[in-house]
Amino acid sequence: MATVKETNQAEKQKSDVMLQYLRPKKKFPSVWCAGCGNGTVMGAIIRAIDKLGYSKDEVVMVSGIGCSSRMPVYLDFSSLHTTHGRALPYATGVKFAKPHLKVIVITGDGDALAIGGNHFIHACRRNIDITAILINNYIYGMTGGQGSPTTPSKAFSTTTPYGNVEKHFNPSELAMAAGATFVGRTTVYHVPQMEKMITQALEHKGFSLVEAVSNCHTYFGRLNRQGDPVAMLKMFKDLAVPAARAKNMTPEELEGKLVTGVLQDIEKTEFCDEYQKVVDAHRGVK
Amino acid sequence: MAIKKRHLMLGNLACVHGAIYAGMRFFAGYPITPSTEVAEGCARELPKIGGKFIQMEDEIGSIAAIVGASVAGLKSMTATSGPGYSLMVENIGYAYMTETPVVVINVQRGGPSTGMPTKGSQADTMQARWGTHGDYTAIAVAPSTVQECLTETIRAFNLAERFRTPVTVLLDEVIAHSREMVTIPEKGEFKVYDRVKPTCTPEEYVPFEMTPNGVSPMAGFGEGYRFNVTGLTHDTMGFTTNRPEEVSPKLDKLANKILKYRDETVKMRTEMMDGAEIAFISYGSVSRAALQAVMLARKAGVKVGTVQLYTIWPFPEKQLREICAGCKKVIVGELNMGQMIYEVERVLPNNIKIHSIQRYDGEFLTPMQLLEKLDEVL
Ligand SMILES: Cc1ncc(C[n+]2csc(CCOP(=O)(O)OP(=O)(O)O)c2C)c(N)n1
Ligand code: SF4
Repeated sequence: MATVKETNQAEKQKSDVMLQYLRPKKKFPSVWCAGCGNGTVMGAIIRAIDKLGYSKDEVVMVSGIGCSSRMPVYLDFSSLHTTHGRALPYATGVKFAKPHLKVIVITGDGDALAIGGNHFIHACRRNIDITAILINNYIYGMTGGQGSPTTPSKAFSTTTPYGNVEKHFNPSELAMAAGATFVGRTTVYHVPQMEKMITQALEHKGFSLVEAVSNCHTYFGRLNRQGDPVAMLKMFKDLAVPAARAKNMTPEELEGKLVTGVLQDIEKTEFCDEYQKVVDAHRGVK
Repeated sequence: MAIKKRHLMLGNLACVHGAIYAGMRFFAGYPITPSTEVAEGCARELPKIGGKFIQMEDEIGSIAAIVGASVAGLKSMTATSGPGYSLMVENIGYAYMTETPVVVINVQRGGPSTGMPTKGSQADTMQARWGTHGDYTAIAVAPSTVQECLTETIRAFNLAERFRTPVTVLLDEVIAHSREMVTIPEKGEFKVYDRVKPTCTPEEYVPFEMTPNGVSPMAGFGEGYRFNVTGLTHDTMGFTTNRPEEVSPKLDKLANKILKYRDETVKMRTEMMDGAEIAFISYGSVSRAALQAVMLARKAGVKVGTVQLYTIWPFPEKQLREICAGCKKVIVGELNMGQMIYEVERVLPNNIKIHSIQRYDGEFLTPMQLLEKLDEVL
């Protein structure tokens, strides 16, 4: 066990790192509710970038529309806060135009999988070197708690007032099926794991997805009686099953659980590299 | 002087050569008749010059990708037809709001909906002006020959870069799919305008700064200036604002940066307007028919001239009023149920009688039809 003093010191170091990456000219506070998981994910991203030693000038953050998609605005990188669902094609333009840039997409479950679902599968298929962080809170936060493509069956939202009659997407499985070469799931309870997974995703060449399960206590939590942020984090802790353990479990046993960890990590040719080969061939570069 | 090489070329391909001449190095698109040859031409030509081509999953992805690429510093373009243009308009609005230069070629077909993929039309004239929601000022240009497909695409890029704004090139299927002789200009023959970049330090950079001409210097991502770009109404730093004292100046900027220089955006061609009592007013393929009709009518002693618009938006109000000042009548010819005529009616004084001839059956207006109309209004 760390002493109180040690813990305090570690916390201070963490917040010092955070402060280095917050936009100096942006007026705070953020738009997020106190205790929202978006802030936790933001912290993990910053620490991963800091650990990798990227310069601020080489990082570009692109997002769509939603509470989660507000993140890039607060961070001291070049940021493109785009339209609902379209972060990935905008990011594709940025990355393909300037392949040396590290392009990170921040998106929500509605943004990525409903209105942006088509772009999502095609970004996976193309295997373009972009890291997408999908903050999955099972609901539309920004617009006040409507059902999303990840809202579980029977769950409540303002547009499923009698319980959701639809089936839901599993974002990580969808990404793997569509061809993403790095896929991992984590939750806002599992912060060290999240940090490490984002680091791996950023280092991975090709399309990487980190599904960060997060709490929207304001809407999903309240409508489904899951309690305050702390109660929701404990729930994530209890539902989490590490991928290695999940391998030996039946679908029935895994029903309602959150399989966490790196789910896919493979190598395939990357889109920008392959295109560059075509360009080089025209220019006689061997 | 050396004799220039001329090429037999499709209108759509001339757009590609014009774009490359203007410095286009990024194209994203989704195939759609009658614009597909633009994408195919870019797929072939861009890798040869180190440029980038990508076929996206749809037109929404295409416009998003070119805006992203432009923010990253490359001159970017897409090409489509009505159904695709309709899908693009939300994100064309994003380009207006974020002041991102891009060129969108719309090879118009009949509509609404899927309409007539292989038939010409000018029915997106108003959409190019009012297509996306909100308040903004649009620029659209329109060629009438294959050579002009090349030159108007260059002009579209120059206007986009100069004013930091999306520009639409309105083609119609007739010109896009015509084959005519084209001369590819030598380097330096046409002015190529590049966006103004900041010269200040990153600390001093105000990405949406209010400047005397309304255009803020534009850094590319990764060039050492870190800034925020958002489609939300924003202040000069690029951060969201709802403050009335910041909102209207932003919207005024979007309009005024163009309207202040609207005379410089105007391009029109007038033929036989000296002493003309009647004028045809048209753009695109209709202007070609009008020119022939006017030549024939003049031989028969009719005092008629023709005005061809190359800049459709902003509509050349003052210039049209001046040119038509001596006319008693004008005839507005369009391949739609009447769109540009609203502008002509708005602009010309009451003493000029405004007639129209419209065709929207997929065929183009012939000189004979225009002559018949002329007869009717004489
Ligand atoms: C074209 C369009 N349709 C609808 C909206 C309204 N809208 C804004 S955010 C949002 C949902 C956001 O949900 P999600 O992506 O899950 O993000 P969260 O807010 O939960 O982080 C919707 C429907 C919009 N901005 N644009
Ligand atoms: S509404 Fe939900 S997702 Fe949005 S900030 Fe609040 S808690 Fe977070």
